[in-house]
Amino acid sequence: MTATLPPETGAAGASAEPPLAASRPALAQDWRRLVRMGAVGAVAQVFIALSNMPVRLDERVIVKPVLSLGYLTLLIVPFAAGHRVGHQIKREGMPQHAAGAHEVAGGAACGAVAGGGLSLLAVLLANFDLREPLVNWSPMLAELLAFGNATRFAVVIWLLIGAAVGALGGGLRLLGPRTRRAVVTMALAVGGAAVLEPLVVDLAEGMRLEALTDRLYARRGGINWTSALGLAAGSGILAVLGRGRIQQARAHIAELEGAQRTRTNGLLILATAAVLIVLPLFAGKLTNELLANVGLFVLLALGLNVVVGLAGILDLGYVAFFAVGSYSAAVLTAATSPRINPELPWLVALIVVVIITGLVGLFIGAPVIRMRGDYLAIVTLGFGEIIRLIFLSDWLSGWFGGSQGITKIPGAGIFGLTSVAGTDPRRVFYLVLAFCAIAIYVSWRLERSRLGRAWMAVREDETVAEAMGINTVNVKLLAFVVGAILGSFSGAIFANKVGSVFPSSFLILVSMVILVVVIFGGMGSIIGVIAGAALLIGVLGGPKQPGLLQEFSEFKLLIYGALLVWMMLARPEGLIPSARRTRELHQEEFLQDAWLRGEVDTDDGNGAEPEATERS
Amino acid sequence: MSSGEPLLEIRDLDVAFGGLKAVNGLNIQVYEGEIVSVIGPNGAGKTTLFNAISAMVPVTAGDILFEGSSLLGLDPNQVTSRGIARTFQNVRLFTNMTILENVMVAQHCRTKRGAWGALFYTRAFRSEEAEIRAWGEKVLGFFGSRLVGFRLNQPASVLSYANRRRLEIARAMATRPKLLLLDEPVAGMNPVESAELTRLIGRLRDEWGFAIVFIEHDMSVVRDVSDRVIVLNHGELLTEGLYADVSMDPRVIEAYLGQDTIIEDAITS
Ligand SMILES: Nc1ncnc2c1ncn2[C@@H]1O[C@H](COP(=O)(O)OP(=O)(O)OP(=O)(O)O)[C@@H](O)[C@H]1O
Ligand SMILES: [Mg+2]
Repeated sequence: MTATLPPETGAAGASAEPPLAASRPALAQDWRRLVRMGAVGAVAQVFIALSNMPVRLDERVIVKPVLSLGYLTLLIVPFAAGHRVGHQIKREGMPQHAAGAHEVAGGAACGAVAGGGLSLLAVLLANFDLREPLVNWSPMLAELLAFGNATRFAVVIWLLIGAAVGALGGGLRLLGPRTRRAVVTMALAVGGAAVLEPLVVDLAEGMRLEALTDRLYARRGGINWTSALGLAAGSGILAVLGRGRIQQARAHIAELEGAQRTRTNGLLILATAAVLIVLPLFAGKLTNELLANVGLFVLLALGLNVVVGLAGILDLGYVAFFAVGSYSAAVLTAATSPRINPELPWLVALIVVVIITGLVGLFIGAPVIRMRGDYLAIVTLGFGEIIRLIFLSDWLSGWFGGSQGITKIPGAGIFGLTSVAGTDPRRVFYLVLAFCAIAIYVSWRLERSRLGRAWMAVREDETVAEAMGINTVNVKLLAFVVGAILGSFSGAIFANKVGSVFPSSFLILVSMVILVVVIFGGMGSIIGVIAGAALLIGVLGGPKQPGLLQEFSEFKLLIYGALLVWMMLARPEGLIPSARRTRELHQEEFLQDAWLRGEVDTDDGNGAEPEATERS
Repeated sequence: MSSGEPLLEIRDLDVAFGGLKAVNGLNIQVYEGEIVSVIGPNGAGKTTLFNAISAMVPVTAGDILFEGSSLLGLDPNQVTSRGIARTFQNVRLFTNMTILENVMVAQHCRTKRGAWGALFYTRAFRSEEAEIRAWGEKVLGFFGSRLVGFRLNQPASVLSYANRRRLEIARAMATRPKLLLLDEPVAGMNPVESAELTRLIGRLRDEWGFAIVFIEHDMSVVRDVSDRVIVLNHGELLTEGLYADVSMDPRVIEAYLGQDTIIEDAITS
């Protein structure tokens, strides 16, 4: 197998790049740009410090005595600024300067300016009391900034730290691609091990491997610095030995055709499914709870992906269907439901829930779908709130309990075999997994059908799609309804998992979080959406659900926002984009690549006259 | 050929945009198997006429009959399923869809398998998909080897300008129309290409049986392929008839000379 791997697939234009010119002297900086970027970094630093992130996150240790999550939030900015300032804009035909002392010096200077923001803040903290407008203007922050020493120390140390970290950021540019990959892998390995700590500890307990985790992690959290070094060394060695084998294998799989491709995909899916089925057996309650939460959001995101990613309808009120699914499941299964309480078995109730939510989807969709663009987004936003307010209203509190909600909802019974309730998150996870599989299958099949093509056409140019015989209202409505039904699955599971539903579980925020998951993961890409949910919900946590980094809970939205902005700037197509989406967003680059491969047809006065085809 | 019921009949058609009458009291008939060209100076209302037929702009007054029944009040997709397909003056392909997908998606109104078939991957679904694909490839094959083979799975954005125009015609053909409306099909093509496309337009009628109405500024194309020429000016019918007669009509020459002289040579040659 390995012998037939193709050579490393670089960027298409790699060979056409102009040669490197000599590196520039260290002091020949573009000072204006450098100071500007440093100042932006300084502002960011002060903002982060005053958001109280450093103080609150200081409790979460990353590497035992040296680094906490709190300090990490402060170090990241000068690092990024120092790295960024050495960025050279590539111009066609212009030589690139080789990276050298220039980058390190520039990074250090830029980082020092950024760190200077904190120095300034330390001085201000010591001399003024601005607690009134700025709640986090606290002695604790001052102490953190000064590492427990005098203010003077803080001033100097943050300039130095900024310079050092900035220099590291700039220095990253000196590394060749291979070394850089190794360094990034090392950082990811240590960071990943630290972030995944609760999960790894939990799993190790289940597998009776406590000895291992006791060595890796310190008793009160964080990786021991010795283990961190070991981990970094190990992963670095692996990265060097691996030499991008994973990428090669990926490229290789992407090139497979026909039956072979199907077989490989089937095997990969089977392997993933096997891991997902076996893993929870060894995991404790916490991990399974986390997995179940992530699964619920994967399900929601897959549903929204049909609406936004496939049909291109920007639905900002998707939570409405989650709410309708939850409430109808609650009403149908709970004995305590105020008005009607048929106490249906969960699976029977689910059928009714799907029908109800589908109808609600039609009902909301019919007026909304005729609008386009911004108008549609605003109206869906309104409907999302309306649905929640209806459940909250006094008018219908006889049905849905108003702000008291519906409580004591029984677990989901499956054929009388088992009952899946929140008390056993493992079963919930399996249930969610099954429905995720359904959702994946549905989106995958629909995308490759007549309907999926129609959605694609509508997404590209609605007017033309209509003129080419597509009933755009119908196909968009269908997308809306399919999305609604997938959302209702998630709602029904949620109601019976949590055991109660309240209007406050269905804030507009839920819509936003799901949308961010879809955008972050990659609109229209099933794998992307799953990865997005796993990363965002699993690590940062959902609107109310804690993630692996529980300490983040109060900063979650800030980080969501920052991630979204960064994603839009750096990689608008998302984490793992669909090929089509990449093409849409990077049409020029795509055409350039195609041109380099000689695939763009330039012109064809030479075109052969077609032979006669008889009419059938 | 021009006998019996017309395929398309336009009666006293008015299309107004605010105060501007883009089409004004127009009466036109198109018969089955006919190739009719529509000419007229810029802004004469030719594209607006097409837009009105395909229900993309609202009709102010008058009626449009297709096979004896009115098209007024229909949505564009319903007009297409009645059997009228069109291309656009400024090519409007689904550029990020592949070439094959462009012609496959255009068969939407001729096929019917919905979500269930796709979900359960039924035999009916699979055979319909195969048919859609086969018809798409056949339609693309009409343009020789340019749009088939390795091109099938490339996005439409890689195509050259001339090939985009061809693909747009193919996409219209894929909807299985009875009447094809082509808006300046050879615009931007070189003389060799436009001569070839002129022949193809003839073959579209002869081999595929479409009636064709096309808007064109290139008089050599109009001369070579149209059975009848309709001249519009300021939204009104200036005259209609055989190319030889129309091109000699002093009013036509004046209408064109009044504007500019793109086609002066063609008219006088
Ligand atoms: N949607 C619209 N809204 C307002 N005015 C319009 C609209 N469409 C066309 N018009 C106007 O109607 C008139 C006729 O335009 P039309 O596009 O039909 O001309 P045309 O004969 O196709 O010209 P050309 O040869 O340049 O394509 C023009 O004055 C144009 O500005
Ligand atoms: Mg026009």
